[in-house]
Amino acid sequence: MRRLSLVVAGIDDTVPAVRRLVLAPADGGELPSYTPGSHLVLDVPSGAGRERALANAYSLVGESLHPSTYEVAVLLRDAAEGAAGGSAWVHGLRIGDPVTTMPPRSSFAPVQPATRHLLVAAGIGITPLVSHLRFHARWGREAELLYLHREGRGALVAEVDELAPGATEHFHNRVSVLARLRDRLLEQPIGAHLYTCGPTGFMDLVVAEARAAGWPASRIHLEHFGLDDLDPGEPFDVTVGEQRFEVASGVSLLEAMEKQGYAVPNLCRQGVCGECRLDLGPTTTGVWHRDLYLTDDDKAAGGCAMACVSRALPAAGGRAHLEVLL
Amino acid sequence: MSITHPAGLSPTVSAPDLVTGFPFPFPQETYRYSTNVEPAPGAVPTPTGQWGEAVVDVDSEYVHELVERAAILGRDRSRHAWLPHMDVACWDAMLCLMRELSLTRPEAMALTVLEPGVRPRYHWRNDLLGIDHTFLLGDPSTLPDEPLAWIAAQVQEDIVLLDQRDGVLYGDAGVVTFAADWSFGFDVGMSFLEIHGPVPRLHGEGIITRAHEFLKRLQPGETYRRTNWTLTIGRRLDVSTELYPEWGPDRDAVLLLDDEAFGRDVHLRVEVQHLIRLPESGAVMFLIRTYLLPLVDLVQVEHWRVRTADVLEELPQDLADYKGVAKYRHRTAAWLRARGDAGSAVAG
Repeated sequence: MRRLSLVVAGIDDTVPAVRRLVLAPADGGELPSYTPGSHLVLDVPSGAGRERALANAYSLVGESLHPSTYEVAVLLRDAAEGAAGGSAWVHGLRIGDPVTTMPPRSSFAPVQPATRHLLVAAGIGITPLVSHLRFHARWGREAELLYLHREGRGALVAEVDELAPGATEHFHNRVSVLARLRDRLLEQPIGAHLYTCGPTGFMDLVVAEARAAGWPASRIHLEHFGLDDLDPGEPFDVTVGEQRFEVASGVSLLEAMEKQGYAVPNLCRQGVCGECRLDLGPTTTGVWHRDLYLTDDDKAAGGCAMACVSRALPAAGGRAHLEVLL
Repeated sequence: MSITHPAGLSPTVSAPDLVTGFPFPFPQETYRYSTNVEPAPGAVPTPTGQWGEAVVDVDSEYVHELVERAAILGRDRSRHAWLPHMDVACWDAMLCLMRELSLTRPEAMALTVLEPGVRPRYHWRNDLLGIDHTFLLGDPSTLPDEPLAWIAAQVQEDIVLLDQRDGVLYGDAGVVTFAADWSFGFDVGMSFLEIHGPVPRLHGEGIITRAHEFLKRLQPGETYRRTNWTLTIGRRLDVSTELYPEWGPDRDAVLLLDDEAFGRDVHLRVEVQHLIRLPESGAVMFLIRTYLLPLVDLVQVEHWRVRTADVLEELPQDLADYKGVAKYRHRTAAWLRARGDAGSAVAG
């Protein structure tokens, strides 16, 4: 797959634990424009405590149209809480260091016919919504932002105030932002859309408020940071042709297949990008999908799974099995 | 006027570049619908030359076809339509097409960003049409026409813009003057699946849902293409449903022509369709470029002559009916077969 070669051209560590990284094309050429809400998938090399290379997705926060640089804002995540080390790598980069990435990918774009855009961010979840605000400012769309962050530790605070003057409200605890959201949800015109990004638990609360206020699911949009708190799951067994092996609890099908020597195309390893999709055979007992890529219809059909996050569901007899077709 | 012909070809009815650049559409001896998309651009060599090097092609018909488009739009405004939320996509499409034009004809066309920023200022030059203009993104007062109409007057391609929402693509804007037996004004606002509703076999075989899924996952900057084809009587680009009373009767009348007139009148019509995800709006731009080559020119290439006859003879009846070629496809095939001994100029 095509890669862009970039170098670190700027670093801003003003906000504690949040590093803003400015990436410029290594050859000085042009960078592709991207859709608001897009992310970059950075190649994170192995080493320095990382067992294998990672591919970490970060939302783009700079200008999306004819950009001379790509900018991301990355929260340092703690290895003790299960972080794989990608954010630590970003926080260790220095000016001039090379970075390779896929071109920007869009999965959280503003809805064009929306009559108004209600944005709700928590913490570093502000990042994809910043480029939404740039879009709305450029095209004169009606938008407002509710932003929950710890006082003095909010990322991109000055930016959002400038992009949406008078339409941004800052909050420092969940209770007050949710109370305000409850009101704002009821005051939107017909055809308004809601966008939220933040920790999964926070987004669940936002969605619950919207559903309680009568918002249809088609008007509610979530940006996941990937499934960072996945259940390790029960062991299950896998057949690939004649070969049979077990996938232990806490090990993904993708990791198990790689250990067996299969080269499965993959990128995000978080159930988002769709690269590691596998076809499944009829002896599969059931699939616990857990990905954010397949459609509900795909999942109901049961003929495929994402190797990085999906696991076997046990049949009535208790045996959990996936038949992988390569 | 004297025209230079490519080596090995006898004088052709069409201008030489329409023969050397013709996108012959039959890789196989039989034709069925398929999800025949491939990455673009990329040159495809043919016995006469090549096609496919550019996303937006500019050929010797450029000015002529644009005059024809303007006349059609002047008579029938329903060929240009957009829903209000497609304003960003229209600007997006205009910028993308300007960029593609300047890649195709760098000596004659150039898009320059004068001032980047939230609302960039651009300079656009198109020497082929004598255009030299400066404009501000998103400010209609800085353009001589609506963005989509203005750029449609500078490319030979028909343009349809698809908005993606709630997992569905909708054909919500476009300028289509050279439709092959469909009506853009009727289809505007329909979903991708609804637009393709009348096409036989597409749905039962899952082809159209696969294409829809594929398009939905297209990322900005990615460009794909496919071809489609039919037969058209006369060098007539506008065979839209709106004008059926004008061209429909030709399908019977053509059978009364003598062989010489038949070979000049019946054209193999090929559409090269490009699919591009636009960055700013997230819309999918669908470009349809129509090429017409009369049978008398087609038979210059032995492989084209034989392959076209094979495909027409074998084509299932429902596909022949849908493509509107049922009445004269067998005569066309017979005409092509009969030219077998005349000796083609270029071996396939």
